[in-house]
Amino acid sequence: MSLLNQYFSVFVQGFGHTLLASIIALIGSLVLGTLFAIMQVSSSKTGRIIGNIYVQVFRNIPLLIITLFLYLAVAKVIKMTGFVAGTVGLTLYTSAFIAESVRAGILSIEAGQMEGARANGLTFNQAMRVIILPQAFKVAIPSLGNQFINLVKNSSILAFVGGLDLMYQGNLVAASSFDTFTTYIIIGVFYLVITMPLSYYVQHLETKLKKKA
Amino acid sequence: MSEFFNAFTSANMGYLLGGLGITVGVSAISVVLSLLFGSIVGIIQFEKIPFFSSFVGTLNNIVRNLPLLLIIFFTYFALPQLGIHLPIFWATVAAMTFFESAMLAEIVRGGLEAVDRGQFEGARANGLSNMQTMWHIVLPQAYKKMIPPIISQLISLVKDTSLASGIVLAEMTYRGQIVYAQNTNYIIPVLVVLTVVYFLLNYGLSLIAKWFDKKLA
Repeated sequence: MSLLNQYFSVFVQGFGHTLLASIIALIGSLVLGTLFAIMQVSSSKTGRIIGNIYVQVFRNIPLLIITLFLYLAVAKVIKMTGFVAGTVGLTLYTSAFIAESVRAGILSIEAGQMEGARANGLTFNQAMRVIILPQAFKVAIPSLGNQFINLVKNSSILAFVGGLDLMYQGNLVAASSFDTFTTYIIIGVFYLVITMPLSYYVQHLETKLKKKA
Repeated sequence: MSEFFNAFTSANMGYLLGGLGITVGVSAISVVLSLLFGSIVGIIQFEKIPFFSSFVGTLNNIVRNLPLLLIIFFTYFALPQLGIHLPIFWATVAAMTFFESAMLAEIVRGGLEAVDRGQFEGARANGLSNMQTMWHIVLPQAYKKMIPPIISQLISLVKDTSLASGIVLAEMTYRGQIVYAQNTNYIIPVLVVLTVVYFLLNYGLSLIAKWFDKKLA
């Protein structure tokens, strides 16, 4: 406990960075993921191909490789800090998973919805935005919630690129206090403060959806 | 551009791909062990034993909600403080197994819940014990349905072994870091090779999962 008191500001700073990276990456990957999901279900062949390649590539390579690529290669051209590289990497990686969740949500909406909207004179984009996506998101919410939990956990990748997040600060505290055991337990509790409520909320939503079905 | 191709010496590539063996080894051992432990935890949660099941369920939730990187660091750097010293390879396997068991337990529980209640009742009515029902009737059906999600977990595992480069396990990603430490011009070629190798491995696995998905549907 004295360790927590002594390094409290360091832990809180890490917690803040983890939370900030998670929120930015959540918003970014929701937007990107939705765009790629729409591309995957669009009538344009090029759109489908690009959407599929994006999702398959980013789903199947480690987040660490994406982040190192940004931090070591891209950062030579476009200057960015470890925090930015990690958050962008997190966004790209998570967006592939979110695209899959949203795509599954879109496909679960019956085709008649799109046909009806188009027959009533809406364009594909209008129908998607006003009719299909609002319904698709409702279906996709539990799976999106799980992706967000993964996102928070995966934000620990920032520690590899000096991203000042919880894991990074934890390693610093462990190195200077020599009490690795207590430090990592405290770090774990900080992560759980974010992920546990989310996970119970997602479970609650899942049972609610199941009851409706 | 010639700088790019200079990185592709047989020594560099041989060293890098040697790491693939460790990546695959850690993943394969961890998935088998976590299938075993995950099944036990999943069955305990499914059986709804008063107090015990919800206790195990809560512990399982806690493990699932922690970053794997933290668990890996904890296993390698914090456990020695309690007098538990694991060699680096087995520390990684232990951390991966601990985390993946919690993930697989959820899949096993879900698979068991998807088996029709009538299967239990029929087996019990025919005189099988609870254990026999589980072993001969329910588990085989549940595992069949679980093959695709288990392969998905295996894909995560293969990707997550790259995290062990943080504790300096000489798997593929760490070996990549060693190679480009010699010459910064090697950064992009090395990362490209790593991307291609991880992609081929995981995409291949995802095709297998899809094939099972179709076959079982």
